[in-house]
Amino acid sequence: MFELAEKAVEGALAAGAKYADARFVEGRGEAIEVLNGRVQSVDRNESAGVGVRALVGSSWGFFATPDTSDAALRHAGERAAQIARASAVAPGDPMPLADVPVVQANYETPHQEPSLDVSLSEKVDLLVGVTETMQAVDQIRLARGSLGAWDTRKWFVSSQGHRISQHLVETGGGFAATAVGEAETQRRSYPQSFGQYETGGYEVIRRWDFAANAGRIAEEAAALLGAADCPEGEETLILEGSQLALQIHESVGHAIELDRILGWEAAFAGTSHLELPKLGTHKYGSPLMNITADATLPGALGSFGYDDEGTPAQRVAIVDEGIWVGVLSGRDSASIASLPPGGMVRADGFNRLPMVRMTNVGLLPGDSSLDEMIAETEDGILMSTNRSWSIDDKRLNFQFGCEIGWEIKNGKRGKMIKNPTYTGITPKFWAQLDMLAGESEWVHWGTPNCGKGQPMQVAHTGHSASPGRFGTVRVGVRG
Amino acid sequence: MTKSLDIARRVIEMVGDRAEAEAVATTGRQALTRFANSFIHQNVSEDTVEVWLRVAADGRVAALQGNRVDDASLKRLVDGALEAASLQPRDEEWPGIAPKAKVPKIRHVDPGTTDVVPEQRASLVRDFIDAGEGLSAAGYCDTSFNERSFVNSAGQEATADDTRASIDGIHQTGESAGSAHQTSVSIGDIDGGAAGTLAAERARMGMNAYDTKPGDYEVVLSPECVASIVIFLSVYGFSGKAVNEGQSFVELGKAQFGPRIMITDDPLSKGGLGVPFDTEGTPKRQLELVANGVTSGVAHDRRSAKTAGAESTGHAHPQSAVWGPVAADLVVGGGSESVEDLIAAVDRGIYVATFNYCRILDPKTQVVTGLTRNGTFMIENGKITGALTGLRFTQSFVAALGDGNVLGLGDDTRYADSEFGAGFVRAPSMRLASWHFTGGTEG
Repeated sequence: MFELAEKAVEGALAAGAKYADARFVEGRGEAIEVLNGRVQSVDRNESAGVGVRALVGSSWGFFATPDTSDAALRHAGERAAQIARASAVAPGDPMPLADVPVVQANYETPHQEPSLDVSLSEKVDLLVGVTETMQAVDQIRLARGSLGAWDTRKWFVSSQGHRISQHLVETGGGFAATAVGEAETQRRSYPQSFGQYETGGYEVIRRWDFAANAGRIAEEAAALLGAADCPEGEETLILEGSQLALQIHESVGHAIELDRILGWEAAFAGTSHLELPKLGTHKYGSPLMNITADATLPGALGSFGYDDEGTPAQRVAIVDEGIWVGVLSGRDSASIASLPPGGMVRADGFNRLPMVRMTNVGLLPGDSSLDEMIAETEDGILMSTNRSWSIDDKRLNFQFGCEIGWEIKNGKRGKMIKNPTYTGITPKFWAQLDMLAGESEWVHWGTPNCGKGQPMQVAHTGHSASPGRFGTVRVGVRG
Repeated sequence: MTKSLDIARRVIEMVGDRAEAEAVATTGRQALTRFANSFIHQNVSEDTVEVWLRVAADGRVAALQGNRVDDASLKRLVDGALEAASLQPRDEEWPGIAPKAKVPKIRHVDPGTTDVVPEQRASLVRDFIDAGEGLSAAGYCDTSFNERSFVNSAGQEATADDTRASIDGIHQTGESAGSAHQTSVSIGDIDGGAAGTLAAERARMGMNAYDTKPGDYEVVLSPECVASIVIFLSVYGFSGKAVNEGQSFVELGKAQFGPRIMITDDPLSKGGLGVPFDTEGTPKRQLELVANGVTSGVAHDRRSAKTAGAESTGHAHPQSAVWGPVAADLVVGGGSESVEDLIAAVDRGIYVATFNYCRILDPKTQVVTGLTRNGTFMIENGKITGALTGLRFTQSFVAALGDGNVLGLGDDTRYADSEFGAGFVRAPSMRLASWHFTGGTEG
């Protein structure tokens, strides 16, 4: 398949590009949704095509086509170069590319049981059983279950000599119970909101053991209807792992994207509160805060062999004992910022331009435990499982809602509370991190729906986290 | 015969009498020129072909989507769909495919926008940048041409094509930003210079911003803000699936909004962008959702309509079985007051140019949290007196348009950008008596 991408690159070079690369991508996916014991949809998709990127002068052009005839591929390369030339109407500074090793390689996601090979009936039976278990609980009106899988093969070629093939395998799913009351709805999800996604095969689903958790989740959703509202005020806040993972995603992961820091996303996704001159000195959080971007973590959703510019996957320190030390970057952005390229440029399919995306931006574990945090908290709230999220364009002011919370009183978990929310300012919030659970509670949480770019692209990212405690946080924000 | 119709027909012929089947084929070209720091940094285009097939064999339903349209690939798509369906339990709520019905002959096409060259988009971007006279510009200009066909095994066929062009961007002073947006069926309607001038003006007005205390304020909202409110009401409220599941605020026949609120889904009107049929082949029509403040309509696909004992209103999309049908050709009734009039009537309040990162906290009450962005201004004694730093709000969108809270409607109805994107809502500016701000973006 390399020859398909090669033809597109040849077309771009012949049309005047000084650099070009192309990806031929074949993707297959499956999504199964079950509601109240009945299959709502079984959707499968297949796509294939070539996307070619051309650099002419200081301007990029990109063209994509599903047509893989020789003529169409050469034409795609020519169109990419033509588009790049048109960009010169509003030119920028020279766009250098940081050096990376020119490799010829292949990579495959470690996996045991390809999800798309598992029988549809087995998958449907699992979801039907789980939703029927949840429905058996009084007040549960909606019991949903879902499974998803992606199988992606890519062949990357660059005019510098890269020849890289990859086979990425991703699997996930989850379920949720919704209790509907007079003037409210309450939901509980497992393993987290939108399900848990990882790199790997169907063994991911088997490991999370949906059936063993369905009853508990439904009981909690029903109980929330009668729970007390989250109090308003300032409290000690304990976040379970999946909520802390989303907190990392929103208030760290996006803020450290170098394209945002350079202003390239200013109009849409936004910029960042981080300024490059403060790299290495800016205090991001407490000394317990150690963040890495690690695309090599086995099983994590943001893992791969090479990014979509051909740069090898790597582990990069982002925050070291509370100090900001690293960014997410690609070849052009890293070169402009005089930083080493991070191998964090990916595209959502053959027809999208690769851009800086999170890999696995995670918080390294501490040495405490959730039980210890609760035991050492006199007055606080434990919140679990994201329900809503919102953060400003500099990634400073955030407000999160969770599905469920519990009061912590005198070192013990107390009554259940509903509609828990908290809000804060990124560096002030992270400075409050004072306890962090250890490796036994550390999970590679996956986010399968990270939106960025225009046209919109959806990326699959990972965020390892264990439960953490924050000293004083404003909770209970209501409209 | 168009290419998309040919693809859809071939797929249905391949299914034959083995199942009920419906196919949607789309061909086209999408292009987007993106700029930041006052230069074009991303410039993309793609030729698209997509085919979506749903089959129902003995009540067993499955859908497949692909982008290869040679005979061998289409046969694989068809065989794959039938195989997936055969492995499933019967879908007791399957509503069946749409019968033959006449589809309105509407073309939202501008001939000059069917094959735009990249130099045209770049020129509009240049105009936007130049209008800032040295400010830092960022945004995009995009164009698209789509041809879409539907065919099902009951003999229903429909074809439509459409064009679209937008410019959306900000100018930045270093301490502030201002935005502007235009969308039309024709690239000839897009004025990059005018959009750039408005964005630059807002950016300069935004300098020397100060914090204000959170609390309830009277507000004047731009069409962008109103569009975000209304698209949230549509996705989470006017969806037949949400209503069926008890997750919507909607109570048909009840005055849930102020008497001046009119919301209609109108894909057919001149100047609109809508497609005259949905992905189940149901013809679209004008659907009144709110009339004089009274909730009067709900958007249905065939599945939600069957559950509700109603008829489909033509709002199916490939994911509507899961996410629910969505009305997304919305028109909000305007008034006769200029934006200046709306501001002049405010003793003390806040003008908001755009919302950002809105997320729903509870679909039933429509409490949403979000932020203001690219232009937040203090209004005192009927005039804008200064710029404010960004604010976070937590506000019920139903209550925002409720009786007594809607004080004025602007005469500036236009396609506005929204939290869910551009091209979904035509909205005016609005003056509202109260909006609940819960904090500043700086702390």
